[in-house]
Amino acid sequence: MPEIASQELRVVGFLCNWCSYGGADTAGVSRFKQPTDLRIIRVPCSGRVDPLFVVKALLNGADGVLVSGCHPRDCHYSDGNFYARRRLEMLKKLLPFLGIEEKRFHYTWVSASEGARWQQTVTDFTKRIHELGPLHAKKEVTP
Amino acid sequence: MISQKLQDAIAGVSDKVDVVIAYQQGFDKLHATPCFMTTPEEIKNVIWNPLCVHNLTSYLPSLKKKKVAVLAKGCDSRTILQFIQEGLINRENVTIIGIPCSGVISVNKILQAINHEPVEDVSFDEKGNITVKTSKGEKTFSLQDVCPDKCKTCRFPTPIVYDVLVGDPIESNKTYDDAYADIKEFENKPIEERLKYWEGEFDRCIRCYACRNACPMCVCQDSCIAETRDPHWISQRATLSEKFMFHMIHALHLAGRCVECGECERVCPMNIPVNKLKRKINLDMKELYNYEPGVTPEDKPPMYTFNVDEVTIKEHKI
Repeated sequence: MPEIASQELRVVGFLCNWCSYGGADTAGVSRFKQPTDLRIIRVPCSGRVDPLFVVKALLNGADGVLVSGCHPRDCHYSDGNFYARRRLEMLKKLLPFLGIEEKRFHYTWVSASEGARWQQTVTDFTKRIHELGPLHAKKEVTP
Repeated sequence: MISQKLQDAIAGVSDKVDVVIAYQQGFDKLHATPCFMTTPEEIKNVIWNPLCVHNLTSYLPSLKKKKVAVLAKGCDSRTILQFIQEGLINRENVTIIGIPCSGVISVNKILQAINHEPVEDVSFDEKGNITVKTSKGEKTFSLQDVCPDKCKTCRFPTPIVYDVLVGDPIESNKTYDDAYADIKEFENKPIEERLKYWEGEFDRCIRCYACRNACPMCVCQDSCIAETRDPHWISQRATLSEKFMFHMIHALHLAGRCVECGECERVCPMNIPVNKLKRKINLDMKELYNYEPGVTPEDKPPMYTFNVDEVTIKEHKI
């Protein structure tokens, strides 16, 4: 738990089972210190991440969304992350058009052995979301 | 007379197809309506004027197994090409009767101008003006003033693909940049203003789903995730976040597929600029993947494919 609970923001992470989820596990096993704002959702592949997952999260209370998969060419299913890259890039360009800061959404590639890289990603992304502040400050959030 | 030429063209192909889709007079002179003809006697009902606004090609995927002849304006022809790209129709089963179009009329704009009075008569003159007669008198409009916004920047007045062309081809002097000038302008507004704009627009949505039903590329129809209970993407609550989410579903499912026929905006009873989001995505598709929907039959929609090395996508740093 953070020192002051009210300061915690909601960051949702969609992690692929084969690389990034393993990377997050490696970071945990190695006892790397990480911010606790991130809620991880495990998906079979980054190609499973529909851009609508991200939009739904942002509209329903998340302050930031992080998607992470295997490095390009390393996908467990050989090409899932290539499709993901195209879709997520499209979404990244669309969000500012809707009036949602592009910085609230980030996608990256972390392999199962990169515990330190995962720690860095989470720390930096959470810091960035804290700089932006809550997305739903004055609005009522539907449960 | 173009209507006569059109009827002749339809008569020429009608014996080779099961059904011909064209326009006939609607319930009053201001409304045209789609008609499905199976016998030669019906051909005399066919009309053609700037009030023939519907995208008739929308019916093609549901008639995939039949031989169909369809009337297509320039904008509608892009829909056909997109269907071909996605394998939703068999080209050999479709006979396309192309019609060069110099712009249609927004019935909504006319109805607003005549205060929704019952229409007694409608006539067109040589210069492209429309005269609407009601019990309160006559009003004449220039086509420029009452056309939908899409016609003002139309780049494809002549169908891109057709088997028979009725009338002479029309050249457009509009460029790609003209067509997306309003999107670029909107992008330059402050981010808070953009969010406020969309919240204001989507808040008016009554979730009638007319935009989805009229959309030629919305091929899920009865399996639409806006209505399924499992998965339960959106609830029946009339809140802004549900409405926002519905429009995001519509926009993202059309990413790199929207042919900009403008049917969604035409049918919207609340005048929400539904097409704007899709046109923004199309602009990005052109920038990122050099792809434009419904222009060449050989293209592959960008979300259906990938490059191992995407030169246009830079890795994002936090």
